[in-house]
Amino acid sequence: MTLGPMTLGLVFWLDLGIKLVVVAAVVPLIGMVIGYGEMKLSAHMQSRVGPYFAGGRYGWAQLIADGVKFIQKEDIIPAEADRPVFKWAPALVFLGTMALLVIIPLHPSTNGIVRDLDVGIFYALAISSVSTIGVLMAGWSSANKYSMIGGLRAAGQLIAYELPLVLATVGVVIQAGTMSMQGIVQAQVAQGWPFLLTQFVGFAIFMIAALAELTRLPFDMPIAESELVMGYVTEYSGFRFLFFFLAEFTNMFSMSAIAATLFLGGYALWGLDPATLLSPLILFAKVGVLLFLMIWLRWTLPRLREDQLQTLAWKWLIPISILNILVTAVLKVVV
Amino acid sequence: MKLSGLRNITGLPKLGMLTGMRVTFTTMLRTWAFNLSGGKVGLRATINYPVVKETPVPRARGVIALEQEACTVCMLCARSCPDWCIYIEGHKELKPPTRPGGRARARATLDRFDIDYALCMYCGICVEVCPFDALFWTPEYEYSEYDMGPMMHDMDRLQDWMETVPAGLGAQS
Repeated sequence: MTLGPMTLGLVFWLDLGIKLVVVAAVVPLIGMVIGYGEMKLSAHMQSRVGPYFAGGRYGWAQLIADGVKFIQKEDIIPAEADRPVFKWAPALVFLGTMALLVIIPLHPSTNGIVRDLDVGIFYALAISSVSTIGVLMAGWSSANKYSMIGGLRAAGQLIAYELPLVLATVGVVIQAGTMSMQGIVQAQVAQGWPFLLTQFVGFAIFMIAALAELTRLPFDMPIAESELVMGYVTEYSGFRFLFFFLAEFTNMFSMSAIAATLFLGGYALWGLDPATLLSPLILFAKVGVLLFLMIWLRWTLPRLREDQLQTLAWKWLIPISILNILVTAVLKVVV
Repeated sequence: MKLSGLRNITGLPKLGMLTGMRVTFTTMLRTWAFNLSGGKVGLRATINYPVVKETPVPRARGVIALEQEACTVCMLCARSCPDWCIYIEGHKELKPPTRPGGRARARATLDRFDIDYALCMYCGICVEVCPFDALFWTPEYEYSEYDMGPMMHDMDRLQDWMETVPAGLGAQS
């Protein structure tokens, strides 16, 4: 049977519609699960109870209640703000976040990944920079000195840490011989051990740089509450604020998923056939460990100074990652 | 060898942060054990307030009670209050003379004694300044309201708080 152009068009739109519904359901779900986890873990790390009453038990509905609260709130736009830029900034931040989910492999089959791009990891690091523009837009358009300083700090930080983030992945790409995310996982399955064993330096640099990219503590100078109120999100309220909030948690997930795929073997585990339905769960377990690490660091460490932040990136992480690339490349040729 | 005086040449936080990581992790495990065991093992700093209630120490500063009989309407408390949250009104009453042919005795009587707890900042100056021991601290703390109006406690309500003054902390007579 051949499909006519009309039917093909319908199939396309139906396909797109289903994908949109899935994204609209999955992204807030990821945000809520991570947000709830962060609330509970931070409470326990501070010897508190945390969410308790919402939903009847363990406060599981706390994040749903929070989301409903944000939607009810008035959408305030400052009179002096640059309205179109102010309105579109959260959408642009969110766009970069969602585009990252495209290249996360859950399963070795072709349906286990939205698009298995040949330049997978390159695409991920490039598209995540779109969020930086959104952050700058938010800071600039708010007509607020705190937002302005926060936005510029964010720009400086995100650009500085983009470099170690990219350079840390180069070692993995050299070892795997491909930039495709599926290819990188397959390379780890083929050799039988994850790249963490040889690329531990790259892994450490990647995680530090990822924390800085997410502007989470100890790298949260762009939104430093004690100095800048809330940085570039100071003037946002209601649903637009929720967008920044969701973008942060979704970004945490995708950054952890990329780190798990590059360094921890992704959906593969020793002695297990990667082509089972278990493989997404294995990936989520690895992501969970990395997320716990991020939350643990956040609720332990104080904020770095601005000069310490730049020192760490330019004087330590970038030279070390370049050395790492050199050593990896030499060993790849020699061995 | 003392190292703390040396300059930190990396310009970065040192390994002391690992101590912090250990502290948060063990605190998390302790709190978790406390929650799971229902308080048998582990430790948690807070309680689940509306479900479990804390017993405050006897000298806790919860609310201020008034002993109407002791008050002489001298206004010292109202005048010393930093945010003027005490409202006092009174009048003189004439009591019969103690001896036949004597002059009638004047007795100051309270008409109104209100404390606006929406304004009160719990400094306790009124309690300190009262020369006749008419005001007392009590550890009672559950008197929040949904509106501002009922935060104004009148003299009868303030008198009722007297029952919550811990033994030994009331008037010494």
